[in-house]
Amino acid sequence: MSATTLSHGGNGSNGNHLDYLHSPKKYKGIFNWIFSTDHKKIGILYLISMLTFFSVGVIFGFLMRLELIAPGKTIMDPQTYNQIFTLHGVIMIFLFIIPGLPAVFGNFFLPIMIGAKDVAFPRLNLLSWWLFVIGGFVALISLFLPGGPADTGWTFYIPYSVRTTTNVIPALMAAFILGFSSILTGLNFITTIHRLRAPGMSWFKMPLFVWSLYATGWVQILATPVVGITLLLVAIERLFGVGIFDPALGGDPILYQHLFWIYSHPAVYIMILPAMGVISEIIPVFSRRTIFGYKFIAFSSMAIALFGSLVWAHHMFTVGMSGTAMWLFSLLTFLVAIPSAIKVFNWVATLYKGSIELEPPMLFALAFIFNFTIGGFTGLMQGALALNIHIHDTYFIVGHFHYVMFGGTGFGIFAALHHWFPKMFGRMYNKKVAKIAWLFLFIGFQLLYFPMFVMGYLGMPRRYYDYLPQFHPYNFISTVGSWILITGLIIMFTNLIVALRKGEKASANPWGGVTLEWTIPSPPTHENFEHIPVIEKEPYDYSHYELGEEVKN
Amino acid sequence: MNQIAEATVNTHVHRDDVGAKIGMWLFLFTELILFGGMFLAYAVYRFTYRDFFALASKELDVFVGLINTLVLLTSSLTMAMSITALRKGDKKLSLFFLSTTIFFAFLFLVNKYFEWSAKFEHGLFPGSNELLSLPRGEIIYFGLYYVMTGLHALHVIIGIVILVFMFVFVLKDKVNQDYYIMLENSGLYWHLVDIIWIFLFPLFYLIH
Amino acid sequence: MEQKNAHNHIVGYGTYIFVWLSLVALTALTVTAASFDLGNFSIVVALAIASIKGLLVLLVFMHLKFDDRIFRIFVFVAFLTLTIFLILTFADYSFIR
Repeated sequence: MSATTLSHGGNGSNGNHLDYLHSPKKYKGIFNWIFSTDHKKIGILYLISMLTFFSVGVIFGFLMRLELIAPGKTIMDPQTYNQIFTLHGVIMIFLFIIPGLPAVFGNFFLPIMIGAKDVAFPRLNLLSWWLFVIGGFVALISLFLPGGPADTGWTFYIPYSVRTTTNVIPALMAAFILGFSSILTGLNFITTIHRLRAPGMSWFKMPLFVWSLYATGWVQILATPVVGITLLLVAIERLFGVGIFDPALGGDPILYQHLFWIYSHPAVYIMILPAMGVISEIIPVFSRRTIFGYKFIAFSSMAIALFGSLVWAHHMFTVGMSGTAMWLFSLLTFLVAIPSAIKVFNWVATLYKGSIELEPPMLFALAFIFNFTIGGFTGLMQGALALNIHIHDTYFIVGHFHYVMFGGTGFGIFAALHHWFPKMFGRMYNKKVAKIAWLFLFIGFQLLYFPMFVMGYLGMPRRYYDYLPQFHPYNFISTVGSWILITGLIIMFTNLIVALRKGEKASANPWGGVTLEWTIPSPPTHENFEHIPVIEKEPYDYSHYELGEEVKN
Repeated sequence: MNQIAEATVNTHVHRDDVGAKIGMWLFLFTELILFGGMFLAYAVYRFTYRDFFALASKELDVFVGLINTLVLLTSSLTMAMSITALRKGDKKLSLFFLSTTIFFAFLFLVNKYFEWSAKFEHGLFPGSNELLSLPRGEIIYFGLYYVMTGLHALHVIIGIVILVFMFVFVLKDKVNQDYYIMLENSGLYWHLVDIIWIFLFPLFYLIH
Repeated sequence: MEQKNAHNHIVGYGTYIFVWLSLVALTALTVTAASFDLGNFSIVVALAIASIKGLLVLLVFMHLKFDDRIFRIFVFVAFLTLTIFLILTFADYSFIR
């Protein structure tokens, strides 16, 4: 949408001392950043800390694949392997994929996209980041404690999680702290969206990324506390021997699983909804068309948040639940696919007869659609009870969730990074190198994860340190895929880091977008807008383009 | 709605009482769900261990539980009245009601202390041999009892801290007749603590 | 969102005292009810009384009755979420053979 009152600087970059990176300092040096309540600075802080944790997670993944390149021991013993896949999961889920889009791009762009100067609770926002960093440290500290990290898997299933002598408590505490960080972000965003929209921005004039953050915020608030209390209970049980879940004391391990998944399934919608929001932002820009079915996409975000909270026991089809629960959850799982599919249809319909520009953000967005479709379909397959019996706890599941979480949200994060980089930093990266990185990432990703569907279908269990010889070829391809993928990551991040210093100065609107962030300078000023805009147009209004005018500059 | 005025109120002035209230309610939801998870566990276990729960609950003293219920209900009353007093401009009365609320909160904790001490003396504490020799359903009952009332008591303690801060703020006029959202939000927190106990009481003390 | 007269409504001491008396009466009721053997029905009675008490605290002490409608909607959504978690979990436990 365009504002009728544009702030100054609509025509160029703003590398002078008025931008948020160089605004008047309240504190000196690093304290200017880590004590800042500016939502843009906090977004950058999240970006840096998150990518640091991500790198650790990638290294663990790399080591896991190295171990699995051939049957038998390759570089580590079984105990270490169990600890590494546990930490890999904890880091990637709680420190990368869950916070990823909301904490970085939600923080940076939510206020700007609704025409506000900051979020509703800026100090709470800073606290969220501090909790994030502390949680990360607590998770990683287990690497250095005697006994090493937990070896339970990131799901901490009972009874092993109350029996193992590895450092489970730090992992539990970390998850609790990170959950609190997530809750505060959701709380902040919901209040911001209710209270700080610019005049004229009704609910149905909001960008779809904002809708996705709204839906996500509700899930963060209503679901996260369940895992908070559940993990707290496990910690209390370990520490004080209180009977809660331990079957030796009368507890019910299945109850633990219910409570755990009541959060952890909605958590995957916390992961995917903002990514879908990003795709809904990118597709119109690089198709030069308004999004197809805006209201359907907005409502589908809310529907996914709602239905996604009703399907958790599809993670438990093989544990001995009642037949009633099994068919009920299977049915609900099929239903939740509908709003997701609606989004995919609408994105594709937007592309149809659009003026497609294959810039890097678009490439990542298209890869998202491809990966998410595969991930989504395989998810549906898993929701079918008869098939689930055979593929539960196999590599089929591992393939599925990496396709949606990494191929989906991960690529969504990369897409957002490439789309909003020029706005955030006032520099443009080398597009050619970005496209090469994309190619490595895309090909590496398919080689790494697609074989897992085959392995899993043929019976290779997950979380296994060793495997039968017939699975060797697939594992080999997968490991080689991981090397190609990691090469892509290195190229991509190097390209972006170099651009921070050496990139060409970016204009306010290098891509020709029409949402509010493209009307302010690159990088933005401290208060975002000189005058709060008054909104009159629809979001994604490209009618000017159809008339032959372009706002790219 | 005057949108320009709204924009002015919301973005140029740092104060947004309605927004603060929304934020507080959202936070309360997380507390609700936190305890809700435990109520869910309670429900499942009571369903599984029905007779053992009834048996174990006989160890609890209904009278002490009743006193504590009345104490908290009354503290909610005084909390609400302290807000009305402040809004009516009666700072002294507001402070009186606030301090009464804090007093009742302490009373609750004192009761709880005696309650738990009595049980500890009978050897009924987590990990004790006494407890572990009971039937599994009773072990679970006491596990839930200690965690749920313990977590609730922790929230009472936090509430006391918050209310003491509010007392000081009202005393110093930082919270006053024209700016009382902090007191209202503290009240919301306190009432939620009361609501949780409203459910804990019958579920643990009144099983027959 | 509207910032109407909701904020101008001051609840009187009398109203609060009346609600408090109701809460005390309901407490007495629930203790009395517990002394009767109502079998499976006793948990329903206990929860019903507790819910009424909770509702009184929510609507009057916590001001929901006098605030903008959006707050009541929010609270409803939160309780509905908990209820759904409970019901779906019992879809498992109630039907195990």
